[in-house]
Amino acid sequence: MVNFGFTINKSTRIDYDQASKDVSRYVIAHEPSALLCIGCGCCTATCSAGQFTPFNLRRIQLQVHRGELARLEQETEKCMLCGKCQMVCPRGVNTRHLVMTIHKAMTLYNRGELKDL
Amino acid sequence: MDTSSQRHVVVIGAGIAGMEASAQLQGLGYAVTLLEEQPQTGGNLLTWDRLFPFKRPASEVLGELRSRLGGIHVLTSRRILNIEKLNAQFILTVNDGTVLTADAVLVATGFKPFDAYRKEEYGYGIYDNVFTSVDIERMFREERRILTRSGEVPRRVGFIHCVGSRDEKAGNRYCSKVCCVTAVKQASELKEMYPDCEVFCFYMDLRMFDRHYEQMYLDAQTRYGVTFVRGRLSEAAETIDKRIAIKVEDTLVGKPMKMTVDMLVLMVGMEGRTTQLYNSPTLGLSVGKDRFLNAVDEYTDNNLSRTEGVFLAGTCTGPKHIPEVLADAGAAALRIHRYLCQKA
Repeated sequence: MVNFGFTINKSTRIDYDQASKDVSRYVIAHEPSALLCIGCGCCTATCSAGQFTPFNLRRIQLQVHRGELARLEQETEKCMLCGKCQMVCPRGVNTRHLVMTIHKAMTLYNRGELKDL
Repeated sequence: MDTSSQRHVVVIGAGIAGMEASAQLQGLGYAVTLLEEQPQTGGNLLTWDRLFPFKRPASEVLGELRSRLGGIHVLTSRRILNIEKLNAQFILTVNDGTVLTADAVLVATGFKPFDAYRKEEYGYGIYDNVFTSVDIERMFREERRILTRSGEVPRRVGFIHCVGSRDEKAGNRYCSKVCCVTAVKQASELKEMYPDCEVFCFYMDLRMFDRHYEQMYLDAQTRYGVTFVRGRLSEAAETIDKRIAIKVEDTLVGKPMKMTVDMLVLMVGMEGRTTQLYNSPTLGLSVGKDRFLNAVDEYTDNNLSRTEGVFLAGTCTGPKHIPEVLADAGAAALRIHRYLCQKA
């Protein structure tokens, strides 16, 4: 067949019905304060790593709950664990432990070991 | 009290504003007639099951307000056919032939819920499993449980905030104020009933404006596990198995999202009730573009209409929650008292 150079892009839409909820469940079970987030962005505004990299904790933790898991393991590695986000969070989310938990969950998920826990 | 000199106030509308104002006026020594179009007193409160923030049964609040109506002339199933003014008095002709003479008139005609059929893209009245907040409240009240149209326990439910509010195309630019907290309440009640059901609230802003509401929101997130998604529903479609496929943007993730829910609940807002009274030249009411009534001064004289002897109370002047309505009704009663004292 003649190749005209056209390709079909993969949909970037979140398909919640198909999305994996395993990481979300793990994160909520291990750091229940994740449920307190109201998406205000204080953590991201004050983030040391966010000044030099695209690290965005507000978005990352939402992506976890929507099953948008691509590259999240690498993303969480940008955090320097300075803890400033935890000081500014108005809802008292344990943000530093949240980052660690997401990172651990993603590592397990990418190894295919998450469901065994 | 000497009834020959007792002055008479007619209160139009026996919702909570009309009931409370009547009770206060009666306490101040006035003869009060409370007129209601519907067969019973209570207004919109009749359609509600439990009330935010503490989930108190609406019937309890209604019972309390009704218990204060002793000595008040309550006329239900009555419509006002005509209002004339003779000197300083109002002459009201009622549809049963009664003629009432009033020294002051209080308009407490309230609100009506937004008609969700007008938001056609959300599928109310078209798809089986699209409901309004009023429907959900009726199910809680009458059936004591929430089921899909085919009688099944829902596994996933989406609540849509701001239906008919903050919407230019619906003709309602304003925020209806109480729908956000009502969604939080109903979503929590649903999770209480079905802990395994996934419940989502789709909002533009969450307006948890009053004392205790933020706590309700917090409880909804943590105790009940309700998921809040910032994004307004753009369209809904029915699937072959009668579920509802919805499209929203999760604006905090920055991506469009689709999901299928078993039930969609539309949080309908408040609309001004543009009754015939609004056109009465005698009452001379000033109706805003938003179809709520304008007071003389929205800061300092919120209960005064532009016509001497005609007063306003409750949600006819804009969306309010119950404590606000009752405070407003009390304030209106005092303004009427001051007016009648000055006239004496």
